[in-house]
Amino acid sequence: MYDFDVEKPGTIAEAATAMGVEDAQALGGGQTLIPTLKQRLASPSKLVSLSSVAEMQGITKEGDTLRIGGATTHAAVAADGSYPALSALASNIGDPAVRNRGTIAGSLANNDPAACYPAAALASGATIITNTREIAADDYFQGMFDTALDEGEIITAVKFPIPQAANYQKFVQPASRFALVGVFVAKLADGVRVAVTGASNEGVFRWTEAEGALSTDFSASALDGLSVSPDNMITDLHGSATYRAHLVKVMTGRAVTAAS
Amino acid sequence: MPKDTGIGAATVRREDVRFLTGTGEYTDDIQLAKQTYAVFARSTVAHGTIKSIDTSAASAMPGVLAVFTGEDFVEVGGNPAGWLINSRDGEPMKEPKRPVLAHGKVRHVGDAYAAVIAETVEQARDAVEAIEADIDELPAVVDMNDALSGSNFVHNEIETNQCFDWGWIEDNREATDNAIKNAHHVTTLELVNNRLVPNAMEPRASIGSYKASTGEYTLHTTSQNPHLTRLLISAFVLGIPENMLTVIAPDVGGGFGSKIYHYGEEALVLAAAKKLGRPVKWTADRTESFLTDAHGRDHVTKIELALDADGKFLAFRTDTKANVGAYLSNFSTATPTFLHGTLMAGNYTVPLVYVNVKAVFTNTAPVDAYRGAGRPEATYSIERVIDKAARELSMDPIELRRKNFVKPDQYPFASAAGLEYDSGNYDALMDKMEEVADVAGFETRRKASEAKGLLRGFGVNAYIEACGIAPSNLVGVLGSRVGLYDAATVRVNATGNLSVMVGAHSHGQGHETAFPQVVAEMLGIDPGVIDIVHGDTSKIPFGMGTYGSRSLAVCGSAVVRATEKIINKAKKIAGHMLEASEHDITLSDGVFSVSGTDKSVTFGEVALKAYIPHEYPLEDIEPGLEETAFYDPANFTYPSGAYACEVEVDPETGKVRVDRMTAVDDFGNIINPMIVTGQVHGGLAQGIGQALVENTTYDENGQLLSASYMDYTMPRADDMPMFAVDHNQGTPCTHNPLGVKGCGEAGAIGSPPTVVNAVIDALQSGGKNVTHIDMPVSPARVWDAMQNAE
Repeated sequence: MYDFDVEKPGTIAEAATAMGVEDAQALGGGQTLIPTLKQRLASPSKLVSLSSVAEMQGITKEGDTLRIGGATTHAAVAADGSYPALSALASNIGDPAVRNRGTIAGSLANNDPAACYPAAALASGATIITNTREIAADDYFQGMFDTALDEGEIITAVKFPIPQAANYQKFVQPASRFALVGVFVAKLADGVRVAVTGASNEGVFRWTEAEGALSTDFSASALDGLSVSPDNMITDLHGSATYRAHLVKVMTGRAVTAAS
Repeated sequence: MPKDTGIGAATVRREDVRFLTGTGEYTDDIQLAKQTYAVFARSTVAHGTIKSIDTSAASAMPGVLAVFTGEDFVEVGGNPAGWLINSRDGEPMKEPKRPVLAHGKVRHVGDAYAAVIAETVEQARDAVEAIEADIDELPAVVDMNDALSGSNFVHNEIETNQCFDWGWIEDNREATDNAIKNAHHVTTLELVNNRLVPNAMEPRASIGSYKASTGEYTLHTTSQNPHLTRLLISAFVLGIPENMLTVIAPDVGGGFGSKIYHYGEEALVLAAAKKLGRPVKWTADRTESFLTDAHGRDHVTKIELALDADGKFLAFRTDTKANVGAYLSNFSTATPTFLHGTLMAGNYTVPLVYVNVKAVFTNTAPVDAYRGAGRPEATYSIERVIDKAARELSMDPIELRRKNFVKPDQYPFASAAGLEYDSGNYDALMDKMEEVADVAGFETRRKASEAKGLLRGFGVNAYIEACGIAPSNLVGVLGSRVGLYDAATVRVNATGNLSVMVGAHSHGQGHETAFPQVVAEMLGIDPGVIDIVHGDTSKIPFGMGTYGSRSLAVCGSAVVRATEKIINKAKKIAGHMLEASEHDITLSDGVFSVSGTDKSVTFGEVALKAYIPHEYPLEDIEPGLEETAFYDPANFTYPSGAYACEVEVDPETGKVRVDRMTAVDDFGNIINPMIVTGQVHGGLAQGIGQALVENTTYDENGQLLSASYMDYTMPRADDMPMFAVDHNQGTPCTHNPLGVKGCGEAGAIGSPPTVVNAVIDALQSGGKNVTHIDMPVSPARVWDAMQNAE
């Protein structure tokens, strides 16, 4: 690691101030950032640890909406159970060490193209709440490791509408156990949303064709005539674009079956 | 009735107390006074000419004590290959110098060209980043076919990139060709034995220290064989007199072969320690382990099996290209040849074997022995092609193997690949496997899988390997430049407890538990009073270390021989004490008695007498009770086994799940069945890992794509089924005193073809005419194969 300062604010306001210096970097659970620092692949001037910000902790259910503080760990979401598909997703991120340190805001801010939470946020139509504004998930994810966040902006919470039915199917990349292809299907009052992670060079995306079919008929057979184009899908050591495109359909079908 | 002590007892491993409580002492745990730290500058390109290295800025940085480059080591020797292979035309292999630090060229990503010594690791890292190296990138030689036909050369003086072109058995070549030409049926298979990164849990680490007042060097290092490391450094690399260099391999967290070898970092820390007059420590980070530990396997093979109309094997012929990487690691030339070609007759009475191996230099990390070392490659080729033949001939794969097995009355059996198998009973192993694996119940399980939409396949394998490496006379003829005996000293202390100093090194094998069981059994005493000393050249006799499942068969035999000497001398002392002839003394349960009388003395009383020799016949007996024996085996040992695997394949995703894994092994006699079971479990996990998930991938520029655990898949507990293992069918080795054969590598040898055979069977059952998928049989590869079979 290169040298850096560490600040541990107690409030969102203090955190926002702390982020005001050049090359400051917010630190959630550090499950991506710390290994990156150890590899000397990043050299922030200051880490602003958000783990002591009380306003960013905890999970509250308000009607059909689940509000999760940004500094809430995957383990806490997994244990919550108010939104079963989301808890199931969180329970299968990484390993216990990752789940006990990693946070939902950290995952969404990083927007790894193979991370699980972006699929949940996008499929659920979640709202990303920051220290300055609220951003709809549809506007938030801008591509691989790219989000709508401004410099120094902090995700303080995420609001999830709890769907009528939902399920996440992750086909794991065997080494990292990130998603080789992960599909989150959510059946909401105004229709079905399908978000795919792990597959695309553009990061998480919605499979709108499937959404249309499933909004009419929420069953795996509704996908029968559909296919996913491998254009712009990821090809790497673990699978080709064609394979990933195939898996998107398989995993979507399984998610629908599991959610039904 | 299970025993609770001595030979055959499932004694709990005493070393686990420290390993499981975090009190082991590994090299990186050792802090020497005034210790400094080394960090290496490593090439980021696979191949390049070093134009210049400017270390001036790095040298001026805070805490920096010294900077070394390849220039500093041009006068010293290279790290040699331990085995001379001659090509078919009689030419000796090509042996380019492997320098301490790269000089002139860098030859693989991770090749170290400079090192910084500083007060702290972070200061050394900072300074490494300040080294200005002007390296002209050259086209990388990665693919072996390109290497052999291209015009880019890893070593400029080797204008073929070929190390050797070896034939075995060359005199059988024509007969084998004819047998294949005239056979009723020939099955051909082209396959890749995938390259693996060893991934020991503990990364390599070394501390060099030097005492100017006496000229003595000490190297603490992660080694499987400290004496061999000392010999290589002394005789070949730095020229330090052997008696001025102590090599200590303390607790070592796994090796799997990768810590057999001497590496340049060990020489660097010693040279730097002398220059600075302070200890110098280096500990690899995980990326360095991926880039620079000697990798394993990496064979590309075409194998042909000729059969007659009855399914009798007539000949095996293989054509293999073996990647040796950028430099020759110490055993890299033996692994694809005499540890591979000599096993190419398998468990079978096949009369003809011909093996051709071309070893190829590439701009990749050196490749050397990795758990199994050549025998997994041989077994995989043989057992995959037999499976394919069975399918082509519509024969039962178990029956086809049985038809060709060496039978129990044929031992000693001279195999067509030049070895003499001493013992075995392959049919008995297969019988037991069929029972343990419940082969009869397979069809029921298949139907249950199919009802879930999954394809179930059954795979079988019979393997033989050569362990107890090795008879020095034989390996000397075959090109080994070292002897492969081992040694033990048994020291009985005055108070009756024992220290046993052994040449073998334990880095997970359980020697500290198993060796005392042997000595305790022989002396009839409590194993708890026996302590094993290993890993320190200043304390132990000259031994060759641990690899090739040799510790018990070779070093254990030395322990037996030394203990026999102890018994002989103790009988003399007891005879003196009891006023009887030593020939009338018997030893039972730790008591020496005069036959036919009630006169006796205990082992402890004899031990005390040995060191307090009052009224002692000094003209007949020396004081003390300490004996050393060296043991050189008469032959290899030949463990064998019958394995079975059942997999479920998800036809929609290609995902393979191992549902059942059965390993029935003949390890000869068993000293500690619990340790043996653990060794088999570990081997199976690594073998299943190779078959399903592990792969090392370089891109066309020689960049290692699988250089971290984000992309290199290690097998995990949840990839494994519960294993069914049996090692009660042993036929004792006929030529070592314990009748043992070695169990450390079997699981990794026997399981890969078993798993792949099962996957092929599953796909065939689903109507897909898939005949082969290269390892790792990943979901994507299975799915691709299924698409292409349609």
